[in-house]
Amino acid sequence: MSTGFKSSGKGVSVKLDAGEVSLLVSLVSQVLDLVEPGATGDDPLERALGIGSPEAPSDPVLARLFPAAYADDDKAAGEFRRYTEATLRDGKRADATTLLETVEPGKVQLTAEQALAWLRAINDVRLALGIRLEVTEEVHEEIASMSEDDPRYPAFVTYDWLTYLQDTLVRALW
Amino acid sequence: MGSTAPAEVERPSTDVRPDLPWLTIVWNDPVNLMSYVTYVFQAVFGYPREKAEKLMMDVHHKGRAVVASGAREEMERDVQILHSYGLWATVQRDS
Repeated sequence: MSTGFKSSGKGVSVKLDAGEVSLLVSLVSQVLDLVEPGATGDDPLERALGIGSPEAPSDPVLARLFPAAYADDDKAAGEFRRYTEATLRDGKRADATTLLETVEPGKVQLTAEQALAWLRAINDVRLALGIRLEVTEEVHEEIASMSEDDPRYPAFVTYDWLTYLQDTLVRALW
Repeated sequence: MGSTAPAEVERPSTDVRPDLPWLTIVWNDPVNLMSYVTYVFQAVFGYPREKAEKLMMDVHHKGRAVVASGAREEMERDVQILHSYGLWATVQRDS
């Protein structure tokens, strides 16, 4: 298994094997497929300004990636969403694309800027898996006591590996 | 989550009081790592590590923490950036 990220020159580096790369590519591509480009209205001005729908996404993963910005005010939350969600979607797509374009088996060397894109992209995958697997704060203990025959085991091990990878990336950036 | 925000009040146009400060709140969630949340507070707000860690611990133990206060537009900008990092953040009026 990967030894995680290390600080390297002005950026960070990580050694990944072919299996780890294909896992990352698969998971990040799934997030990229889910987060469609920011949808805006037909009005040319609205499109130019990136103004989209005030409606919260119905998919629970998308609802987590694009949460309401006002807890007790649906109208303000809708307005905020209209003006920001398209930009947020484009940002998440750009982060995922950066990861997909830079990941390869062997040593991956990243600039500080690319490292931030990886950090956010890995976190988006963890958030998505966290929703799908209904992860709790005791997830690490849960995996430790889970039978390897449990059908959820591979997905939880993947989640745990991403957690490890992200934590080493944070520490390499500090 | 209970309702803590006061009802919106229409102010007369002669009212020149400055807007009450608004708050950026970050809520606890089971996925975001303690190290990552601390790092994001440092990167987004420029807080020293010690302050960022204290805020992260507040989120972790109390379920939420006020991470910034100021004008509404600034708080909305903060929340947008925090959402780009995947943190669960909201804006509310100080009360």
